[in-house]
Amino acid sequence: MAVKDLDLCIYPEECLGLLGPNGAGKTTTIYMLLGLVRYTSGKITVFGESIPERLRQVKLRIGVVSQGDNLDPDLTVYENLLVYASYFGIERSVAGKRADDLLDFFALKNRSNEIIQHLSGGQRRRLLLSRALINNPELLILDEPTIGLDPQARHLIWERLQDLISQGTTMLLTSHYMEEVSRLANRVLILDEGEIVAQGDPKKMVADLIGSEVFEVVDSPKNLTALKEALRSCKVNVEKIADRFFIYVREPCTELDTMAITLRHVSKRPANLEDLFLKLTGRTLREN
Amino acid sequence: MWLLFYKVWLRNARVWRKHLQASLIGNLGQPFLFLLALGFGLGRQIPQIEGVTYLQFIGPGLVASAVMYSGSFETMYGSYTRLTTQRTYEAILMTPVSVEELALGEIVWAATKGIISGLIMLAALPLFGLIPSPWILALIPVLFLEGILFASLGLIMTALASDYEFFNYFTSLFITPLFLFSGIFFSISAMDPVVQKISLALPLTHAVNLSRMLCYGRIGPDWFIHALVIAVLSVFCAWVAIVLIRRRLIL
Repeated sequence: MAVKDLDLCIYPEECLGLLGPNGAGKTTTIYMLLGLVRYTSGKITVFGESIPERLRQVKLRIGVVSQGDNLDPDLTVYENLLVYASYFGIERSVAGKRADDLLDFFALKNRSNEIIQHLSGGQRRRLLLSRALINNPELLILDEPTIGLDPQARHLIWERLQDLISQGTTMLLTSHYMEEVSRLANRVLILDEGEIVAQGDPKKMVADLIGSEVFEVVDSPKNLTALKEALRSCKVNVEKIADRFFIYVREPCTELDTMAITLRHVSKRPANLEDLFLKLTGRTLREN
Repeated sequence: MWLLFYKVWLRNARVWRKHLQASLIGNLGQPFLFLLALGFGLGRQIPQIEGVTYLQFIGPGLVASAVMYSGSFETMYGSYTRLTTQRTYEAILMTPVSVEELALGEIVWAATKGIISGLIMLAALPLFGLIPSPWILALIPVLFLEGILFASLGLIMTALASDYEFFNYFTSLFITPLFLFSGIFFSISAMDPVVQKISLALPLTHAVNLSRMLCYGRIGPDWFIHALVIAVLSVFCAWVAIVLIRRRLIL
């Protein structure tokens, strides 16, 4: 069983981030929404319509960027959009206009007649996004939309997605990039082994469950033990991984600030979603 | 609920137009070469068969075989590529097109390719001294049904395949024997009764017989049986193909 007891709700105009290690059930969840994986118990409704009975009506209103590249390599950039529009029954003239606008929005205008094989990774991703928007979807599903892209390409996509969010597009986003989720999602849901382990506003969750700051300290075992002792009176969580201490500060701690000056290798940074993710899903590799 | 299959058909037709030349040569090359080698080569040393020259004898059967090759190869190599490496099916299933429409679109498209190959072969027959009768118009729906049949068989193979090598079984153990033993190259009526019965169990035999009847304008009493077998088999195989493709794509 890939997913169990999953209670998931996406509200209009929000961007819901779905996080989880490999095999947590993120893609399975998306596939269930799209009727591509049958579910054995429970109920799925999208826009108030039941899945899979009203799948076609629902799919007319959804746009999907699936994990990895499934652009049509037999067609040009422009044709990819036109042919995809035809699957939604969009009239040729409307589709042409919409394709032009989308290629413009995603900075692909000058690549219109290019074959897919000649596009860079970033361009392909932007085309996948354009294609997912061809039917003016009310819900946009993004399964790891910037995986494998360089920072420039990723930032361009983030900017465009932020534009769409501010225009009121509802999104379901899965990602392994915590920065991506932090930037885009106003609510996150952390899945592990098919179950929800936490959900809420990412900033609040980080503050509540992790704290405000994180110190990473590398030192000799002796000094680290001394450090731990000294921090007893502070409201901090200490985690030891190899020869490194992670100190999650829940409330300001003067002892720590003082000691930090004397320690050899110490770095201080704000607590983030990755800290939360690792805390909830552990540090063990999820392979197979 | 089945209407969007047409969109899948259109997608394939659009791609096909881009690679017209390679596609036609690929599908027609073999039957043409057989027509030349056997008709002109072997045919010179063979007396008349069923009242026509050997070249005229094998022509209609090769029309039927062109449909078989085109139709089944499209849903094997073409569809398997779209299913696996190109992930075209995955992309299509994110849209309102259903898996049934997708499979039907693939089958009807491959049947269309089959009929195109068949018609080109047919159009070439006068070059080899065979002027078809007006009955030939009735052959068009027959070739289309035959196309549906072999396209569906090809798609069944695709639904079951784990790699391209898998299609070798189907080609070597099914398509090639059909090509050789369905009465294209020799008259079945001259064979032993047991061999005749076996031959009638091969689906291509019925298409070959009908093709010959309609080309020569000599409609035999058993035309209806041949047409019925092709019609029933094509509908049945299309249904099986759709079920198996659904099973492969919807987990």
